[in-house]
Amino acid sequence: MTGAFAQRSIQIAFLGVVGGAWWLLTSSHAVSPLFLPPPEAVYTAVSRLVVAAPFWSAVGVTLATIAKAYGIAVVAGVFAGWLVTRSKFWTEVFEPIIAGLFTIPITLFFPMFILFFGIGAGSKVAYGAVYGFFPIALNTIAGLGRADERYLRAARSMGASSLETFRHVLLPSAFPVLVTGLRVGFFICFASVLGGEALSSIAGVGRNIALAAELMDSARMYAWIVVVICFAVSLNFVMTSIENRATASEAARR
Amino acid sequence: MSMIDAPREIIMGMPRARAVSLTRWAIILAAAAALEIYGRFFADPAFIRPVSAIVGAWFNPVMSDERIFWALSMAVFEIAVAYALSIVFGAAIGISIGVSNFARASFLPIVLLLYAIPQVTLMPLFILIFGLGAAGKIAFGFTHGIFPIIVNVVAGMRDINPLHRSAIASMGGARADLLRHVIAPNMAPAFFTGLRLSMTLTMLGVILAELYVSTGGIGYFTRLYAENFNPAPLFALIGTLALIAVLFNSLVRVAERRLTPGARAPAKLGLSGAKSK
Repeated sequence: MTGAFAQRSIQIAFLGVVGGAWWLLTSSHAVSPLFLPPPEAVYTAVSRLVVAAPFWSAVGVTLATIAKAYGIAVVAGVFAGWLVTRSKFWTEVFEPIIAGLFTIPITLFFPMFILFFGIGAGSKVAYGAVYGFFPIALNTIAGLGRADERYLRAARSMGASSLETFRHVLLPSAFPVLVTGLRVGFFICFASVLGGEALSSIAGVGRNIALAAELMDSARMYAWIVVVICFAVSLNFVMTSIENRATASEAARR
Repeated sequence: MSMIDAPREIIMGMPRARAVSLTRWAIILAAAAALEIYGRFFADPAFIRPVSAIVGAWFNPVMSDERIFWALSMAVFEIAVAYALSIVFGAAIGISIGVSNFARASFLPIVLLLYAIPQVTLMPLFILIFGLGAAGKIAFGFTHGIFPIIVNVVAGMRDINPLHRSAIASMGGARADLLRHVIAPNMAPAFFTGLRLSMTLTMLGVILAELYVSTGGIGYFTRLYAENFNPAPLFALIGTLALIAVLFNSLVRVAERRLTPGARAPAKLGLSGAKSK
């Protein structure tokens, strides 16, 4: 009990030290406000940012891009994973190819997406979808490969169709691994869309962060960063707890 | 996994492993051949070029232009420095966090919170602070690469068999012996997992920053070729970087195979955290 309390206090103290250092460094003018604007300036910038219409249009563009990219990544990733695991042989052939490609930073290929799809939202959709595809496909392969051979044989001998086998044997056993893939895939999709927008784009959140930096409008840039980080961290928290619940319910069923 | 797929199985008149790898290479070659045919006869040369033209562009201009060679060497240098910094600081921070249950419970959530930040949003900030040169790219690669090492070092230092600890103590081992003979071998598999992930992320960070800074380095050339609809040197440059990435990855993998005390670290040491990664 006291241990948990001490740990919590250390964590809160850490955040306090970071915030305090931020305030001290800026109020004593030790760092240029160009690099690190004072907290109150960032606060003002955030409150000014979120009430303005351009903010919501940029957020709308980015969220729509992420939704499209993620949708494509999920459908293609799960389908490819399912297709490859139809036979053990093809799993062994394709899994190293997909895993090997995923160790190469796919950002390298970003200029090709710009070449093919232009600097509009299309290139970011394609880039996010390709980046998100890999963890989803790999986890689908890992998840579907996890099914107990005895259950598969039992289902087959009881005359289950391939759809029924999928529904009652493959999907339940793959579920926890699949959910991890979907979560990881989402955050990779999210980060790559933002990164793509910062690299080369005409609209969206990533573009606005880069634009604020180019204009040396630091308070505004920090305001954008704060908004994105709060969004990502809380979303990560929610998705991790959903995932933990899925894993726990599976463990309970076994 | 199952009993059906015994290792000695014969497919297409050869052992299973060879059939698998032959099929894999056949698919890769077929993809290259398809690109060659499509690029040569059907594609718009402003977007897609056949493999032969890409190879030609690799010799000229990519490898013959001194500025491109210099940009590639700088990228390799930045990745190497960022990776080395990630390993040193990641291991140091990981060991200090993983050394006791209390430190882990206190500080690991902070590390995980920072890890969850989409760092790409900070990229303009890094360039603003560190400038357009190598420093910003190294720093951005470093902040990408350090987290998987910290997390995996901490995971590897968990679950050390207390019997091994007391064996060292009862045989009169010093703290250094404990580190050398119990903690290090126990940590090794997770540590190398961290090294592999860290390599991928370090390269991601450096490449992102390289592409973002389009006034020089690789970003300048990729932008130049993409905006001039000149795909052959673009593909050649990207392909070279991809090969460099593959090379770096295999270096890490070889180091892992050489240095992991495989025989001495059986699965029952309880590295469940490391294996699931």
